[in-house]
Amino acid sequence: MNGLRKYIDKIKPNFTKGGKFGFLQSTFEGFETFLFVPDTVTKRGTHVKDSVDLKRLLIIVVLALVPAMLFGMWNVGYQHDAAFGLGWGFWQMFWYGLVKVIPLYLVSYIVGLGIEFVSAQLKGHEISEGYLVSGMIIPLIVPVDVPLWMLAIAVAFAVIIGKEIFGGTGMNIWNPALLARAFLFFSYPSKMSGDTVWTGGVARYMAEGKAYACGNGIVDGFSGATPLAHPTLEGLQSAGTSFMDLFIGTVPGSVGETSVIAILIGAAILLFTGVASWKIMFSSVLGGLAVGYLGYFCGATDLPGYWQLVMGGFAFGTVFMATDPVTSAQTEYGKWIYGFLVGALAVTVRLWNPGYPEGMMLAILLMNTFAPLIDHYVISSSIRRRAKKVKIA
Amino acid sequence: MSNNIQLKQGLNIPISGGAVQKTKKDVVSTVIALKPTDFRGLVPKLLVKEGDEVLCGTPVLADKASPEILFTSPVSGTVETVVRGEKRKLLEVRIKPDAEQKHLDFGAKKVNDLKDADIRAILLKSGLWPSFIQRPYGILANPQARPKAIFVSAFSTAPLAANMEYVLRNETDNIQTGINAIAKLTDGGVHLSLCSDNFNGTPFHKLENVIFHTFSGKHPAGNVGIQIHNIDPIRKGETVWTISLMMLAAIGKLLNTGKLDLSRKVAVTGPKAIDPCYVNTVPGMAIADIAEFYDNSANDIRFISGDVLTGKNVGAEGFLGFYDNQVTLIKEGNEFEMFGWAKPFRTHLFSASRAYFSWLTPKKLYDMDTNTHGGERAFVMNDVYRKVLPMHIFPVHLMKACIAGDIDKMEQLGIYEVLEEDIALCEYVCPSKIEWMSILSSGIDLMLKEMA
Repeated sequence: MNGLRKYIDKIKPNFTKGGKFGFLQSTFEGFETFLFVPDTVTKRGTHVKDSVDLKRLLIIVVLALVPAMLFGMWNVGYQHDAAFGLGWGFWQMFWYGLVKVIPLYLVSYIVGLGIEFVSAQLKGHEISEGYLVSGMIIPLIVPVDVPLWMLAIAVAFAVIIGKEIFGGTGMNIWNPALLARAFLFFSYPSKMSGDTVWTGGVARYMAEGKAYACGNGIVDGFSGATPLAHPTLEGLQSAGTSFMDLFIGTVPGSVGETSVIAILIGAAILLFTGVASWKIMFSSVLGGLAVGYLGYFCGATDLPGYWQLVMGGFAFGTVFMATDPVTSAQTEYGKWIYGFLVGALAVTVRLWNPGYPEGMMLAILLMNTFAPLIDHYVISSSIRRRAKKVKIA
Repeated sequence: MSNNIQLKQGLNIPISGGAVQKTKKDVVSTVIALKPTDFRGLVPKLLVKEGDEVLCGTPVLADKASPEILFTSPVSGTVETVVRGEKRKLLEVRIKPDAEQKHLDFGAKKVNDLKDADIRAILLKSGLWPSFIQRPYGILANPQARPKAIFVSAFSTAPLAANMEYVLRNETDNIQTGINAIAKLTDGGVHLSLCSDNFNGTPFHKLENVIFHTFSGKHPAGNVGIQIHNIDPIRKGETVWTISLMMLAAIGKLLNTGKLDLSRKVAVTGPKAIDPCYVNTVPGMAIADIAEFYDNSANDIRFISGDVLTGKNVGAEGFLGFYDNQVTLIKEGNEFEMFGWAKPFRTHLFSASRAYFSWLTPKKLYDMDTNTHGGERAFVMNDVYRKVLPMHIFPVHLMKACIAGDIDKMEQLGIYEVLEEDIALCEYVCPSKIEWMSILSSGIDLMLKEMA
């Protein structure tokens, strides 16, 4: 440990201004602060500070995403196995998923962090750790067979247009991970929707006529559609999908979004540590239920409202993306409104818009856009209330 | 006791090194200093020169803006040096005390016979006028103004703060005299806030001529700014004054005896303090005069006049501030910590959040140091701050208004009501390591400039 510290101290002068690699200062600092909590001391203001920092909070979010990620890897294999009738065991399924998902992570982190490093260097800032979470989320919200070059472009778009031009982590308007997904969704719709993209290996089978590493064809009766493609009791029944299947997550879908159980584990971590707002999560669920039951009673769907919570990306979006503290509403009342509208809009899009089977992404992005407006009205009404008190007094 | 105000938000920082209730010694000062920098916005005018003899109560400085506000010597002695900084800014007037203390006699008074103007005159002349802090902005009180009310906090919740009952245990009569005097300066009365947990245990609940309030809650419940906000918030155009019990006692002593007596009990505290307890001294005491409380051979101690949240880093050569009755000694944390943020446990560190596990050991005290535990970032989290700020304001938005220099927004978001000490905890818990107090200071400075 001390040896490493000594080595870093030795090479550090090279990376400071005027040194041999002075142009890499931010990059060097990024790695140094990754390894060591810096030796900086308080100057003005309070003399002591809490031990928590952004790195710690973000690593907790990453940790909370791990169950969804692990389940997603297994489910990728499971869906592949089911589609091609391979009769795999647990580890074979997991291994297949691992092999499919790791490249997504590599692309996500290499492209995203690369851009972060370069832009921090250009601006002469410290590297911000915000992308640790975005990079963790992005592979979980795309179909497993998304071409890597598309993912790379989407990540670049999200980081540059979604974040860096606003000034980096903390300044962005939209959730960068969702922006990456939206970019893919609108630029390459054929790779982001339909029945063939959600199961690993199927797209390749369609193109080349063979499955990954085995000669099997697709099993009879394979549909590959996500439950959202036929969101009726009958449709789900004929696909053999029960409520428990949706809750556990053994259905096709984006890598990490399917398992409500895994997401709930993550939610418990986020709520217990206080990293994410329970108000947003709770009110988003309320909004989803409200519109879900409204649709049920109006006859827009024959699924009771609570089904909306376990289908598609609702749970994942509610827990991990609507609660992004930067892009969500910042005021406490605002969070109730924001969360409710996220849930309500997502289900509204599902039920009444034939064009888009899933509405979570659009709902969150739309509410991201309006979050500052909500805050504005919450704050001005608070200011008005205070002003009124003066007049009475 | 009827209208207890319970504050749910707040945080008591579990730092080790609280002072035990004993007085170790009377500090024999080799030199003391008067520091114009203790007073916000003061442009001082020097009234003495090096080598002058001064008595206890002799004017040393005056306020250039209102020359009737005098700053007097707390001891009798000889002006040793006048320390100036950049652009010849006056930093300290150092006075070497005489062995035998001589006081300027201001004449003992009966408060009942005094009128508003008489009280103002004697406070201005004796150098006790700066005891008042005027809000908004926390500046020296305007001698012509008649404040809406005067607020006093009779307890402190700051980390390791001196115990008020102990340091003022024989001063109740003087405090009463002081209250009777300052009550004539306002129509709104003197509001005294007590801690509800200790209501019957404190001698201060027997004070008269005051309007009592009781508070319960964690720090900053003892901050007078928080109390004002929850009793009667400051509106635009209003002025209120605040004063500490310690300065009230000094005013009482002045009126009762005719002599300026700023002597006070000072708590020497902090993880680096050896045998933390109290000493008798005067404001401006040199830190070097309490050398037996610390061992700075490793040169790793930070000397703070005040508490760890709002105190000033004065250094080993520094002096106690005018308003302070606490010295805190903590370690400079200029060390790297390998994988600090990634370690599951960091049992030697405290966190108010549940991101670490210090919530499992709620009674533990920590040897805190000055490390920032992370680099500065933009605002990311938004709900951690209101948990430690018992005020109905939007702290992050106020900060952003200060950064943007938007005066209208600052006004609407409540800049009249807050001082640095009130939001110090926000800075403490800030995961983005933003310097809240400096940002607020710059906002207040802008307000002072624009509103002048």
